[in-house]
Amino acid sequence: MNHDVAVVGAGPAGLATAVTAARAGCRVALLDSAPRLGGQFWRHGASESSGREHQAWSVFAALRADLLDSEVDYTAAAAVWFVESTPDGFRLQVTGHPPVRARRLVVATGAYDRALPFPGWDLPGVVTPGAAQALLKGSGVAVGARVVVAGAGPFLLPVATGLLAAGARVAGVYEAGEPLRYARRPGAIALGKLAEAARYAATLARHRVPYRTGHAVVAAHGESAVSSVEVGRLDRHGAVVSGSRRSIGCDAVTVGYGFTPQLELPLALGCGTWLDVDGSLVLEVDVAGRTTVPGVYAAGEVTGVGGADLALTEGRLVGAVVALASGRRSPYPDSVLTRMLDRRASQRRFARLMHEVHAPPAGWPSWLDDSTLVCRCEEVPLARVRAAVTDLGATDARTVRGLCRTGMGWCQGRTCGYATAALTARLGGRALTAADLVAYARRPIAQPVPLAELAGPADQSGGKRYRPA
Amino acid sequence: MSWTHLPGAPTFSIRFDGEPVTAVPGQTVAAALWAAGVRSWRATRGAGAPRGLFCGIGACFDCLVTVDGVPDQRACLVPARPDQQVTSR
Repeated sequence: MNHDVAVVGAGPAGLATAVTAARAGCRVALLDSAPRLGGQFWRHGASESSGREHQAWSVFAALRADLLDSEVDYTAAAAVWFVESTPDGFRLQVTGHPPVRARRLVVATGAYDRALPFPGWDLPGVVTPGAAQALLKGSGVAVGARVVVAGAGPFLLPVATGLLAAGARVAGVYEAGEPLRYARRPGAIALGKLAEAARYAATLARHRVPYRTGHAVVAAHGESAVSSVEVGRLDRHGAVVSGSRRSIGCDAVTVGYGFTPQLELPLALGCGTWLDVDGSLVLEVDVAGRTTVPGVYAAGEVTGVGGADLALTEGRLVGAVVALASGRRSPYPDSVLTRMLDRRASQRRFARLMHEVHAPPAGWPSWLDDSTLVCRCEEVPLARVRAAVTDLGATDARTVRGLCRTGMGWCQGRTCGYATAALTARLGGRALTAADLVAYARRPIAQPVPLAELAGPADQSGGKRYRPA
Repeated sequence: MSWTHLPGAPTFSIRFDGEPVTAVPGQTVAAALWAAGVRSWRATRGAGAPRGLFCGIGACFDCLVTVDGVPDQRACLVPARPDQQVTSR
């Protein structure tokens, strides 16, 4: 069946897009790699009651009801591993399912935690905040009995309070940024956000959890798993203030510095990108959510990390835009669309402020020693990355990749891409560029796929056959 | 260990390197192992260093494991099923 639009990703952005476009009469395919709707933000367990403590769960429940009520062709556990342009739109190859064809494509693939390396970050028990959240929300398991929560960004707070609610002890929350800087731009913050932050702060205080800003976990120690971390105070360059290091015992630590948007599909189609203020590679989109490739739209974190509220707004807007482009009537009157555009602008302003407040500390490379792994998969230490630049003369991230094998292992640069690109730029005495990040983000095969699937029967139109460009 | 049992949920067993591990419907293989106190189930090719869960959402591939004879499965994504055979690598 040929759809008007294929939406990839069923988190806040993708759900809102699919429901809005379907309401306007579009034939919509919604594909998501997870077994349940909701994306990372609304991740929940198999039982119906397991998600109710979530933020904005009622919004999710309403979207899900709308979706189930609609004609949307939703496929769960459907990872899109390849996308190509066809004369009449796009063809998506999906693991375990027949290819999906659609005239238009909406990329709502979200983001995953951005990690920075530090000594000991490869020890078992050192995980991202997203991992702790997924374990808890998806599977009902607390990541540790005594957990240190660290990194940068508002996401650390629900991770810490979620662990407390599950009965774990939180040994401390160490935020590298300086949230007091929010106070300098009070107009940029919605009241709802302030109330939310106040609730988290009250919960941490009630459990006597230390909350320190301008601090980071700069090393992890342990034999077969983490048993302690070193926490240090950061100077304004992000280096550890001498004498400020102290050790904290724990059986798990979560560390994350913002998020990395997932861009395999739009990069494979040639969509333009730029370097956002948080240092993430994001899609270049216009006010209507159109990427630089005709027929490809984007909503949510892939257009710039900004959280679920912004993703919902963008999803509704793009759903309406796609409906109009497909010759359907707008699901919203113009006045509502105008208000949505205003809301998106103010949510983007807040996101920009959030990125300024919670920027990755510039001095993070000074926390590493020569043997610290930068690339976990290929086990490439800092010394080899440095040698590639200073001894072998590499000036760009792609050359470093070729010389060191950073980003050439199992994860294909998803984990080390940002850090390696940023290190390369710094060692070369220049600023990070979008091209550095593109070198680690291009993955034409977007998901691992068994050879049997590659070799499987082609669809009738000859898909999957290799045709040189 | 760090284990939040969902109230009223029935449990079942999977096997990790032959040993029984309790799981709850809807849990991933990684979550069941983690709840049983297992923190690593793979050794790296180079240093032989232990690895287990890292990103928890299928991006980092650190948690690769063999499930019912199929190698290189992401333990953080594969749902636990009764009598599943999980083998470290």
